[in-house]
This record gives sequence, structure tokens and C-alpha cells, in this order.
Amino acid sequence: MMRVAEKAKSEGNIKIVEDATCTFCGCLCDDMVLTVDVDAKKITKAKNACVLGKALFLNYEEEDRPFALIGGKEATTAEAVEEAAQILANARFPIIYGMSDTTCETQRKAVGLMDMLGGTIDSTTSVCHGPTGMALQGVGESTATLGEIKNRADLVIYWGGNPAESLPRHFARYAVTAKGMYTPNRKKDRTIVNIDVRHTKSVPVADIFIQVKPGADFELLWALRALVKNRHVDPNIEKKTGVSLKTMKDLVERMKNCRYGVLFFGMGLTMTRGRHFNSAAILSLGSDLNEYTHFIATPMRGHGNVTGADTVVAWQTGYPFGVNFSRGYPKFNPGEFTATDMFVRGDADAGLILASDPGSNFTQAAVDHMKKIPMIVLDPKYTHTAKLARVAFTTAHYGINVPGTAYRSDGVPIELRTCLDSKYPSDEEVITAIYRRVEQLLIAKKRSKGANNKRQKAA
Amino acid sequence: MGSTLRIVNGRVHDPANGVDGKTRDICIKDGKIVKSVPPKTKCVDAKGMVVMPGGVDIHCHIAGAKANIARKLQPDDHRRDIHRRMELEKINTRSGTGGTVPSTFTTGYRYATLGYTTAMEAAAPPLLARHTLEELDDTPVIDKGFYILMGNNVLLYKMLQEERHEEIRNAVAWWLNATKSYTTKLVSPGSDEPWKGHRNATITQLNDKIDGFEQLTPRKIITSMVNTVDDLGLPHPVHIHCNNLGHSGNYKTTLETMKAADGRRIHVTHIQFHSYGGKPDGEPTSKAPEIAEYINNNPNITADVGQVMFGKSTSMTADAPLAWMLTRYSNDKRWVNADTECESGCGIIPFAYQERVYTHALQWATGLELFLLSKDPWRMVLSTDHPNGGAFTSYPRLIRTLMDREFRKQQMESVNQRAVAKIKRGHHMEREYTLQEIAIITRAGPARILGLKNKGHLGPGADADITIYDEHEDKELMFSAPRYVIKDGRLIIDNHEFRNNHEGKILHVSPLYDEGIEDVIRPFVEDFYTIRFDNYAVSDHYAPRREVIPTTKQ
Repeated sequence: MMRVAEKAKSEGNIKIVEDATCTFCGCLCDDMVLTVDVDAKKITKAKNACVLGKALFLNYEEEDRPFALIGGKEATTAEAVEEAAQILANARFPIIYGMSDTTCETQRKAVGLMDMLGGTIDSTTSVCHGPTGMALQGVGESTATLGEIKNRADLVIYWGGNPAESLPRHFARYAVTAKGMYTPNRKKDRTIVNIDVRHTKSVPVADIFIQVKPGADFELLWALRALVKNRHVDPNIEKKTGVSLKTMKDLVERMKNCRYGVLFFGMGLTMTRGRHFNSAAILSLGSDLNEYTHFIATPMRGHGNVTGADTVVAWQTGYPFGVNFSRGYPKFNPGEFTATDMFVRGDADAGLILASDPGSNFTQAAVDHMKKIPMIVLDPKYTHTAKLARVAFTTAHYGINVPGTAYRSDGVPIELRTCLDSKYPSDEEVITAIYRRVEQLLIAKKRSKGANNKRQKAA
Repeated sequence: MGSTLRIVNGRVHDPANGVDGKTRDICIKDGKIVKSVPPKTKCVDAKGMVVMPGGVDIHCHIAGAKANIARKLQPDDHRRDIHRRMELEKINTRSGTGGTVPSTFTTGYRYATLGYTTAMEAAAPPLLARHTLEELDDTPVIDKGFYILMGNNVLLYKMLQEERHEEIRNAVAWWLNATKSYTTKLVSPGSDEPWKGHRNATITQLNDKIDGFEQLTPRKIITSMVNTVDDLGLPHPVHIHCNNLGHSGNYKTTLETMKAADGRRIHVTHIQFHSYGGKPDGEPTSKAPEIAEYINNNPNITADVGQVMFGKSTSMTADAPLAWMLTRYSNDKRWVNADTECESGCGIIPFAYQERVYTHALQWATGLELFLLSKDPWRMVLSTDHPNGGAFTSYPRLIRTLMDREFRKQQMESVNQRAVAKIKRGHHMEREYTLQEIAIITRAGPARILGLKNKGHLGPGADADITIYDEHEDKELMFSAPRYVIKDGRLIIDNHEFRNNHEGKILHVSPLYDEGIEDVIRPFVEDFYTIRFDNYAVSDHYAPRREVIPTTKQ
């Protein structure tokens, strides 16, 4: 089956792979030129990569670790599959969590596994832009692919995010210094605004910086909405938000009079006081402005394929994250079926962590529960989560060893190229193997239940 | 496959082969219909039943970026309509949710449950074709294809402005190959540039200049694309959503558009939405008679109706300005806009058609008029522009409305009477579609318009996609629950029960082109898109089961 055509030139031991995609962040830059030392199994150069991409590619190495660990002891992949399948088949409320750093092909299979088991599926969206997904359900959104912004945006507002450090090429590739069809003079054709509670490394690139009081983003957004709609705003808003009405009115004038405006937003809104209300407020502001001009509001996303996780779970179930199948059909309830909550309340009795490391960043209460239940982990690295897992698989790197699909933060799907082989299996291979074995175990369970029933009836 | 099957004792409706209700056997071998099979073949007894080819949906929105945002938007719609996972003898099915934008597995199963075996996703921006193909891969049972949006393509505009017609032909062919799609789709040509680039301005006349492309007009784009597709010999012509959808008085635009085709083939989609009279910004009236007459008299034109069905719908369209306009009329204000760089727009708004509302009743009646006035059912086929006019699960009710004039009268009496009064009276209002005509507008006709030679009929060589219905007085009941559904010779529905799963294939075209065109497209993509040219085209990985439908030049 033909994958995306090989775009590599080899000279002896050295291979140059063009148009490779970096999967570190949601920018999903697909213009990497990788110099690969095939014998050493290392990537020695990553042209066009930012500091994060360089870390991803240049630090890559095929570690000499066991294929799997069961209870800390070395095991084969096949043995680990058996153990993992037994855990899942015998669980009553299992969850698969993570998914943001693996291919869509894997994500699709993972959802299928929980569908079969009547378990729960959640992705890192629930600690990232889950609130934005919930806000969309409430208010809709006006959005665009990043090329529209490159070509047309003359007003770019960053709110509650720090792309300089988390999405380093966002400015150059898409929104600030990028050269587009109607923005041939790059930054000179644009006004950049930064709104945040503190002065981050993203501020210097902005023409206007507005510092808002921590926890007051919602009030500021709502006041801006009111001003857009020519409503009166009480001057006490200034004390509440730390922003003067004069500044707000100036911003609103710029927004109404631009040719194509963009609001980019991040965790500063989704993970602070207000959460999905903040997201809903900024999405609504973006939509409201379309009475005057063309305006969009869109999230900045941190992981390479978290957008893919939302996209896949939504097309397969109707809901973007936090989906439970216990009743034989998908149910959506953030707070009930999201991973953090299921761990903190102690509901989950088994967990499979795929392409994520909640062991390193979830709350102590969640991690304590994860230590109590049988956990399965799939990761190229020996992460914190792998350390506390009953079964830890070493899997290959997507976008380096493993091909597949990833979705950029704006929903553009890209087929990943590979540049090095790996001896380890891919996430997809492992999930598929677990799926098949679980299927057999469930059939056997059903048969023996049926046999028991017959015996009981006969007795 | 090797398996054989014989359907016996059923009354066969195979309009493409002139069979109108005769009792005869249908023989199946290796997924195809054949002349005969060995005597010991397993039989399906279709006594008292009607046998038709599997349904073909020529225009629906079921897979891709637009459908998925609409899905994400409406958890309320899903919560009320769950689709359970089934544990069958041989395999298990996937669970899902429904409503007007079902999840992908549910979409496939529900089409199959209705006896539909082929469906065409009506609009995907080429840049996002990969997404449409991934979703179609998770849409079980049915065969599928999709149309790519080309009417607001900036590179093609540049070429057209400079009258580089040869390059346009090669570029369109390149795009069809790169996306594994079926034909070019035009949605309100010319309307994206003012929308995105001129602060949400609109374009209303076919001769209006397009923002940023002063030598171009919608008319020029339409003519160019009609000619291009005709020259490429594609099995299905340009598929067009005319300008001014939904606006009062827009029937003039529709007539002008059809005339612009100048005798060449063109398919005008969901034409009901384009058949209104009345003053601009005033109340719509029906111009169905004028539209129907033009189509009746011009054999180069084909259309699907785009019937409105009362109840919940979702407006989802590449016609972004239209969706913005509709927010005014919807009680649900959750508006979505989604631009795709250099190629397209998109607008979504949840909607509901209500019997008591003048405009909705007028739209409903206009659609029925188009069906009832049509002299050639092969060229005016059934659709609801799912889910814009109504969900595809409403097709059985629509079929009953066409076949049962008493039922239709009852409905007419219960809708807004001012709207009904605007409809032309005449013989046609008494018309009842026959089973044969239904077989044409839901199977044989769409297959022929699509140029699918192996679909929509039951002659030897056809794909063994067959639906067997119990004969019922109540046609809605009859068409909503086929007794048997066969796909590629496999019994999917057996005695009303879901028996087997199946994976259909992607139907696409692969027209010839001069590879030199890549030297023209490449620099444009590298400059004005945000992905690399060599990462644009979709690899075979995304269509593991597919069939190339040849052009007339191949």
C-alpha cells in the first residue's frame, strides 16, 4: 500500500529527508529537512526546525530498552499484550487516556477498543482545550485554516498564550512575519496585540500589550463584546480587569475596522477561572465581530496530534473527548468521564495511557489512584507514567519511525513521513494486538457464562 | 468471494433494463449480478416483495471537516438519538450517535438499513480531502465518493483571469487525482473572495466582478468549469450549487446558470432552494413551474431536488455567506464559519423547518412541485441535501408523499395555508409516483447521472447491491424497513436483522493530465498555502478499497 512518496536522497550512509513533519507542537510544520545518519540511527540536522523541533529530532535515539516491562520485569511485546488484554478484559470501568502524540490510525483503534469493552476514552484535550470544545457546543465558532491568516490577517490578537515559547514558529510561519497574498510586507501589514496577565516572551513582538488582572479575562472579554455591540459598560470594569475603558474602546475600534481579524487563545483562558466560559466568551467575541468585518477566533494547541484525537473521537462517537461506552453507546460528560476526574474519584479500575505522561502532570490524588490500579502504558520513552505502570510497552516514534496521519491545530490533516526504522512496534500494532486478544477473551467469557447458565438451569 | 445467491419470486423494478414489476430471478456470483447460477444455490424467497437496485444518494454531507464540526456542535442532537453497538453472530458493530449529523459508523449502518448502498459526499475542500477519506473509511457498508470544491479556488481564478484554459484543464485533473475524488463542485462561485477578503461582502449577479479578480465573474467561472469537466470526459458533470441560494427571486440566477452551460452537461443540485420568485429581501414565492419547464426542455440539465422536510435539520454548506444570513432566521444561534485557505468557505447553523412558518411551508411545497412537474424522472432525482433540507432518514416519508396523494393532501392542509395558496394548481398536484418512478429517482436515475455503469440496475455485470422491500400500503413503512439488503453480493440485512458487516469502496476518477502542471501548482502552494506541495496529494493509504471510474477519454 503506497504511503506518501519517499522524499529522501541517500549518499552512502547519510540520508536527507525533505518535507518531513515535526510533531512537537500544534504548528505541525511540514517543511523539515532532516539529515539522517542511518547507521548511527540518529538525526544529525533538522533544517527549519525551531528549538522544540530540534530537541525532538536531534535528541532522538533508539534506546536499548526492553520491548516491554511487566511489573518492572523485562518481557516481550507478546507477553505484555497478553497481560494488558487480561487486565482490560477483567476490568469493569477501564479508561484509555492520552492519544495526543500518536497517529490518527492508532486513535481510531483505541476508540474501537473502548467501544468493545464498554470503557471510557479521553484525550489530553480534557486538560487543554476541552473547555473550548464545550464552548463550541454552546456558541459555535468562526475559524479558518492558518493559510487564510497568513494571506489576509491584518489584526492578530494573542490572548492567554505564549507562542514564542510553546509554538515558536507560529509567528514566522502563520501570523506575524509570514508573507502572504495580501500581506506582502509581512509584519508591516499587520497590527499585533498581546493580552495576558503577565509580560511573556511573546510580548515583544506585539505592537500593543494589554495586561489583564489574573482571573478577570471573562469580564474583559464580556466588556469587549458589549462595546462591539455599542452597549454601555460601567466604568467599574476598569478596576475589575485592570484595563482602562479607553484601551478597550481603542481595541474594539481596531477590531471593527480591520480587514481580517484573528483571536488566538490558549491555556491562559481555558485553564483559569472561567474555563469554558472564557472560551465561549472569546469565540462569541470573534463571531460577533462578523457584523462589521471578517473575524475568526481559534485555539492554539500544544501537542502534535491533540487535534487529531478530538477529530477522531468526534467522528466516531459524536463527541470530542470524555466519552463513555458503558451502556453500549457513547455518552459525553466532562467531569464524569474525563481522565483526571475518573482517577481522582477512584472510578477507573484499569487505565491504558497512550502517547501521554499524566504520571508527571496530573494532581497527586489522581497519581495516587493510578498507582493503585493496573495501568498499561505505550510510549517510546520510559516516562513517569511508565514507572508506575503494571505493563509498559516501548513503542516507536510517530513521525520518525512510524507513518500515519496527524491534524494540525487548524484541522489540516498531514501524512507523516518517516526517516528511520525502529525495532519497536508502533502504537497501532500494539493496540491492534491488544484488541484482538481482548476480543477472544470476551468471547470466551461469554461462552463460559452461557455454559454456567446452562449448568445452573440443569442443576 | 465465490459465493452465489439467487433471489426468487420477487417483483423486480429495474428501470435501466426496462423491467417494471415483473417477477423474475436475480442471480448473484462473486459480488456481481450474473445471468445464471448453479441450481443448488442458496435462495432468498422474495415472494410478495419488491426487488430494486440499492439506493444511490447523489448529494449528502456525511464525511469530512464540515460534517465533523457540525457533529461536534450538536451534542444535544446526539443525546436524543443513540445507536447501540450490536454483537452479532459473526462480528460486532460499532456504537455511535445520530441526529441530523450522525457519527460515521451510524451513518453507514443507517444508510444500509434504508436500503441505500452508495452515497456521495457533496463537498470537500481539496486541502482537507484526507479528512473526508478518513471519515469515509469509517463509514461502513456503503460505497462512497466525494466532490471537491473548485468554484472558489484562487489558483484557478488566477489562471482563468489570464485565460490559461489548457492549464486549467490540467490543474483540475491534477486536483481530482490528488484527492481521489469524483467531480468538481461549484458552490456559489465567486462568493468567497468578497466574504473573506472584503469584510463579509456578498456577490449577487452572475456578471458581478469578483473581489480581487476584476476580470472574472461567476458566469465566467461556471462556463470555464463546465467546459473543463466536459473536456475531461468525467462520468459526472460539474455539480453546481448556484449563486443566491435561499434568496427570493433567485430562480432567475438559476435559469441564467443553466443557460450558461450552453447545451453542455451540468448538474444543478438541491434545485428547490434555487427556485424562488418574489422581490429581493421580500417574501419568496415558488417558481418551480419555470424551473421544471426549463429542465424538462433541456436534456443537458440534470438536477436533484433538495426537498425540505419538516423537523430538525442542520444547515451546513460551503456557502458561508448563506449560513451567516440564516442566523437571522434560526432560533438556534450557534453559527459556525470555517475558511479553508485558497479554496473554500464553510458555514453551519442548526435549523428546523416548521409547518406553520410561511417560508418553510413554501419551500416544502416548491420541492414537491418540482417532483410533480418533472417530465423526466431520470433527470430530476431525489435528495434532501442531507442534512440541510432534512436528514436522509426522512427519505421514506418523502417517498410516501410522492406516491400517496391522500397523504400529501393531508400534509398540505396542515401547513401554512398562505404558502399553499401560492402554489400553482393543476393535474400535476394529483400525480402519484409509481414504484418504477421511485426506483428511477432513488436508484437508476442518480446512478446514470453519476455515470456509474455498475450501479442503479440489476442487469448482468452490475454490482450486486440490491434492496428487497415488503410490499406495503403505507409506503413510508415499506421504504423505511427493507426485508433484505445485499451489498456486493453479501446479505447485510437478512429478514430485517443486521447480519453482516461490510466495507464499501471509494469511487473516484483518475483523468489524464500533463504532469508539467505541477510546476505551476507547486510554487503557488509553497507561497500561499501553509503546507508543502509534496505533502498535498493524498496517498493510496487513504483509500485502501477503491474503484476508478473511467472518463470517456479512457
